[in-house]
Amino acid sequence: MDLSILQYQFMQNAILAALCGGITCSIIGVFVVTMHLSFIGVCIAHAAFAGALLGVWLGFNPLIGALLFSLASAAIIGPMADRGELNPDTSIGIVFSLMLGLAFLFMGLMPGARTEALSLFWGSILTVSQENLIFLTIVTAVVIGLVAAFYKEIQAVICHRQVALAVGIPATLIFYGLLFSTGVAITASLQSIGGLLIYSLILNPAAAAYQLTYNLKRMLCIAVAFGVISCWAGLAASYLFDIPSGASIVITSSIIFGLATAFSPKRKVKGWQQAQVAG
Amino acid sequence: MDNTVIRIQDAVVSYREDVALQGLSLEVKKGEFIGVIGPNGAGKTTLLTVINGLGKLVHGQAWVLGSPVNGRNSRSLRKRIGYVAQVENIDPRLPINVRETVMVGRYGRLGLFRRPTRAQWEAVDKVLEMVGMAHLSHRPIGHLSGGEYQRAAIARALIQQPEILLLDEPTASIDLQAQGEILSLIQLIHSEYHMTTLFVTHDLRQLPSICHRLILMKEGRIWKQGRPESTLRDDILSQLYGAPVSIGSKSISAY
Repeated sequence: MDLSILQYQFMQNAILAALCGGITCSIIGVFVVTMHLSFIGVCIAHAAFAGALLGVWLGFNPLIGALLFSLASAAIIGPMADRGELNPDTSIGIVFSLMLGLAFLFMGLMPGARTEALSLFWGSILTVSQENLIFLTIVTAVVIGLVAAFYKEIQAVICHRQVALAVGIPATLIFYGLLFSTGVAITASLQSIGGLLIYSLILNPAAAAYQLTYNLKRMLCIAVAFGVISCWAGLAASYLFDIPSGASIVITSSIIFGLATAFSPKRKVKGWQQAQVAG
Repeated sequence: MDNTVIRIQDAVVSYREDVALQGLSLEVKKGEFIGVIGPNGAGKTTLLTVINGLGKLVHGQAWVLGSPVNGRNSRSLRKRIGYVAQVENIDPRLPINVRETVMVGRYGRLGLFRRPTRAQWEAVDKVLEMVGMAHLSHRPIGHLSGGEYQRAAIARALIQQPEILLLDEPTASIDLQAQGEILSLIQLIHSEYHMTTLFVTHDLRQLPSICHRLILMKEGRIWKQGRPESTLRDDILSQLYGAPVSIGSKSISAY
């Protein structure tokens, strides 16, 4: 196999983007999956996508648009899910469809060729910009640092949120911190993975790891490994077969999830519970 | 010396259009074990949330452990108040075990940026031993039965070293044998640590025999209070629950 391609700057950038995107999205995914907030994550991902398209349309940096929209959606959705003023499924569904509607509206209003906008749809890890790579690397370092610094509080909030609140942990602050981190992580990975596909990279490695362990630290490590493997394998497939990188990354992560579910030791738990109910 | 640890004056709490507490006033002395009974919707759980600062007062005031309960200090107060709720539905796949769950009780007092020490993990093991859960300490929390889960919840409250213990229907939704075991454990803990304890239940059969005082709640108010022997009477309880209630010699049942 010819490895001379690794000498090129664009490929080195892509490998680093895949590493950082895989790590960040998987860590965030562990929190989203454990808190059963998958739909909130999907909604934030689409908000980031709409914000990036607004940036492309109005001619400012799409990353700024994505960041503003994803943080704003987290600020709107968080209280909706939290206070139960509306049925969370309904309210999040409305925000989700609004973001999708805005994304298509901004696309429709763009004059001329929409090459940059379309690349935000599918992602293009092989053409990731230096500026985006620096942002993604910083976000990855910050996410890892925050998890290391607040591990015990995060564990308490994602596993026992009401208990965390009752024992004096700043549970609401941690919860919103996790939602905003989701927004930032999605923004940072948007250009590489693509707005329509990024959520699979958040969900699939974490959901696969969730099938394999009862230990949160181990779950984080497994999810990160799956995320990075998905990104690198997808990147290789994209280069070798000239297919969209985002799609190949997502398909790889979906295959990993399928395998993890098939061989999950936790399936026995489900069987045991069904037997209890039947009995 | 005044040894009042909880003082609530004219508390009103409402959730949108529903008024959960309507001008409730209460004083609790240090070391008291108080049973709070009443029909569903009487405001029993809301009373507990006023004490730990999770319930927002729209009128009135509350002082707990010498401090007024408000937005600024309610989190620091909660570090000194143990809370055990009724059994909740838990995802059996949750990535946390019994030992880690119990340690969560310590995290509030421990504070940010500090990790539990070996001595604190040993304290968790000791408490698990006390509640009879040492053999299940490494089991995933989602794999416990209702009674085991409540033992773990009590251990979590104890590791917090609370000055006040709030028990919100801790024996609801668990089988009869486990209910008896949990009640015995609660009585043992009180006799050992003499913590100020409020025990909420809507089921009179679940009332611990060590209650110093009973608070009977109805429609967001304290309807009556007094020593168990003066309040646990068929006529009073029948009025409280709005249905005939009979008290047996060994057990009490409300219909």
